[in-house]
Amino acid sequence: MKSFATFGNELYTGERSYEFIGKRKLWFSIAGIAVLLSILVPLLGGGFNFGIEFRGGSQFTISQVKQTDVTIGEQAVSAAVPGTVAVVTNIAGDTMQVQTDRLSDDQTLKVKDGLKSAYGVTEEQITSTFVGPTWGQDVSRQAIIGFFVFVLLATILMALYFRTWRMSAAAMVGLFVVMVVTAGVYGASNFEVTPSAIIGFLTILSYALYDTVVVFDKIRENTADIGKSTRRTFSEEVNLAVNQTLVRSINTTVVAVLPVASILFIGAMLLGAGTLRDLSLALFIGVIVSTFSTIFVAAPMYAMLREREPELVKQAKAVRQRRAAESAATVEVG
Amino acid sequence: MARTGPTSTARRTLLWLAAIIIACTLAVAGGVLAGAASWEPKLGLDLEGGTQMILAPTIEGAGSITGEQLDQAVSIIRQRVDGSGVSESQISTEGGRNVVVSLPGKPTDQQRELIKASANMNFRPVIAATQGPAGAVPEAERTPKDKLPVPTAKPLNASDPNWVDAAVMKDFEAVSCIPPLTDRPTTSDPTKPLVSCQPDSGVKYILGPVEIPGKWISTASYGLQPGAQGATTNEWSVQLTLTKPEGAQAFKDVTQRLHTKYLADPNDPQSRFAIVLDDSVISAPASLAAITDGQSSITGNFTEASAKSLADQLKFGSLPISFEIQSEIQISATLGLQQLEMGVLAGLIGLGLVVIYSLFQYRALGFVTIFSLVIAGILTYLAIILLGWAENYRLSLAGVAGIIVAIGQTADSFIVYFERVRDELRDGRGLVAAVENGWDRAKRTILASKAVNILASLVLYFVSVGSVKGFAFTLGLTAVADLIVVFMFTHPTLQLLARTKFFGEGHAFSGLDPVQLGAVPLYRGAGRFRTPEESMEVAKGKNARAAGEAGRRQTIAERRLAAKEHEMAGSSGAGAAKSTPSDDSKESK
Repeated sequence: MKSFATFGNELYTGERSYEFIGKRKLWFSIAGIAVLLSILVPLLGGGFNFGIEFRGGSQFTISQVKQTDVTIGEQAVSAAVPGTVAVVTNIAGDTMQVQTDRLSDDQTLKVKDGLKSAYGVTEEQITSTFVGPTWGQDVSRQAIIGFFVFVLLATILMALYFRTWRMSAAAMVGLFVVMVVTAGVYGASNFEVTPSAIIGFLTILSYALYDTVVVFDKIRENTADIGKSTRRTFSEEVNLAVNQTLVRSINTTVVAVLPVASILFIGAMLLGAGTLRDLSLALFIGVIVSTFSTIFVAAPMYAMLREREPELVKQAKAVRQRRAAESAATVEVG
Repeated sequence: MARTGPTSTARRTLLWLAAIIIACTLAVAGGVLAGAASWEPKLGLDLEGGTQMILAPTIEGAGSITGEQLDQAVSIIRQRVDGSGVSESQISTEGGRNVVVSLPGKPTDQQRELIKASANMNFRPVIAATQGPAGAVPEAERTPKDKLPVPTAKPLNASDPNWVDAAVMKDFEAVSCIPPLTDRPTTSDPTKPLVSCQPDSGVKYILGPVEIPGKWISTASYGLQPGAQGATTNEWSVQLTLTKPEGAQAFKDVTQRLHTKYLADPNDPQSRFAIVLDDSVISAPASLAAITDGQSSITGNFTEASAKSLADQLKFGSLPISFEIQSEIQISATLGLQQLEMGVLAGLIGLGLVVIYSLFQYRALGFVTIFSLVIAGILTYLAIILLGWAENYRLSLAGVAGIIVAIGQTADSFIVYFERVRDELRDGRGLVAAVENGWDRAKRTILASKAVNILASLVLYFVSVGSVKGFAFTLGLTAVADLIVVFMFTHPTLQLLARTKFFGEGHAFSGLDPVQLGAVPLYRGAGRFRTPEESMEVAKGKNARAAGEAGRRQTIAERRLAAKEHEMAGSSGAGAAKSTPSDDSKESK
């Protein structure tokens, strides 16, 4: 604790400082590679593993089974409706899930009866779900509309609040990295893409910008009167602001990730696939990526967009001149 | 301690918060006593179990469906579902194009067909009708088997009483049109006679086969009936237009036949035709004239609302909208509850970890975080109960996930605030001033960042569908609760705590210890501010102040050397750290 507070003190004064802005070429390259990998890996790995909501089909969930043997289910399905291939998984403890192609109402009843007697459960312990292939597409289509509406409104909101479009632009670049990398890691994990995962992505959208706004607000504060100061260049002020909010970024990430991680691990271990697991995986990756993206992509991007402004170039020159004069003075004194 | 302005404002704010919570609690308690509300949140389908069907409407031939048509479709489905004896069903539109039907339990095949079928609107002539509301005829008074009517000849037209055979008569006597209503199928054979009720009046009918199918209705509108001299009267009427030539021709034949009967006896039920929607009579006007041009006007004791309702029913009921089941999900209550239990367990573990981390990071100040989270939790809970009561809001699994995720974002408001206060302490301010200054800055950040969250939840709520909606709703709800808590609890509490001895004097466990935070008095004479080198010394421990003093006596050259050594020692080096003490303040207002 003591060391962490000290760490915070040092970051605040600028004594300890990480070069988030100075080494931006490095960070941008890493981000670029991450984005590229996030696109390539799922592509090479056979694309996203879309859930039944996107493919369409019938699904049966049998709870409180006595045996979790997968072949029992497969045999029961092919006996009930010859020619149907079933994917049977033991999703959690004593719960089995059976997925098939789309079945007719009659076939569904037959398969249900077959599974009921095969696993020795009662009517209540077995549920059937039928999903048309358009449902998931509908959810994602609306989600994509929501995405663009939100991004547009958030860009305007941030531009109005910070009074510069460059912060919005930088934040959107950061957001882009978050979305692509989160989707990429999710794809690489080979978890099914379900509507719950889509919800997770949308939440990340909100979280990533939220995180960026907190850091950018400190940058705004630090650089408000940059023209009148020769203490630091614009980029150095931005770097200081990121360093000063670093403790907050770390604390917030830890606090945000803890509940999500507990859902993820409890959900994955005890429950298996489901709303909670898919949602929390997307969130888990997204929260962490968001923090990194704000610090390593959005903030340096903002500095890059601004530092070529004539006034700031002039200011940077003034800072350099002052420093040169001072070190010359020091040499003379020494 | 004197009663200063901020202190009494802080006390007042806390009292207001308490008043809000008490008022909400009393409102819920009142609702519970009145039997309208419950202390437990209403659970969504995924937690309670049941069936959810997502239906996509399709119109024969025509392309898209308007919002008005969709609303009409929803009310048609609602009538069908409610009519088939399923209570507590929820039917709503989604994303402006789908209809979501949520039913507790499982629908039968019949119910499923019923929901899918297109609206079934048609006109049938009346063969017989009761005088007023009619229940089922008691068993003892029913026509004995041997006296049941036997048709004497093949029916000549749709109004012919020869349609009434023994089966129809038995049906007619058994059906009740007053509560308790008899459940009736709603898709009958259009070529056969039908026993039907008019739900609003309770009148029971025997109707002939369909003479005008719904597709022959061209349009319908409502307005005030023009009088004989062309002046408008005060009587509302519904104008009906039939398609030409089939509709107009058929209607002409029907009205001519019925009008003859009307002239013979105005009270003859056989002079009337029934407008039937899903086998239930919505209106049964008498034929006052033979309609030859397909333009008819229906009058009666209409109010504006009932005229509009009939016109809408005619207009949309005639549309051949049918529904395609996009997805049908059966959710067992056990699976949902299992998920809920795990979700709550995960949430509690997550909350516990957050508590431990806060205490570790912020020591006694961590308790402020914990209490703030508790208050935010109480507010969210009350809001969910009140919304469940007023708006029938139901908590879904996605909503629970939203609440758990919100723990982190809510706690972040406090972290942003506390870090700002610490920054102010590091600048050497006293705690009271640090709290006020830190709040002024943190307030802006918190408002701006929460605005992003609320924007996101609003957009998601209005654009998205299904479970995303529930999630967005809870996320927005928690963001608002968070704002209330940070403004009305966390800040006033900190204002008051800043004046206590424990926090004000910066006890080592308060989390606001200036020594640990490396604070150096802000103002030590002209142009002198703390430098990095100094704070490093300050942070070294017990003799921090002495070390700080020593640091201040260093020459510029010594400091530069120290800074260089520091750099060489493996720190990642820093432009920002090269600042020199003679510079102007970083503090910029």
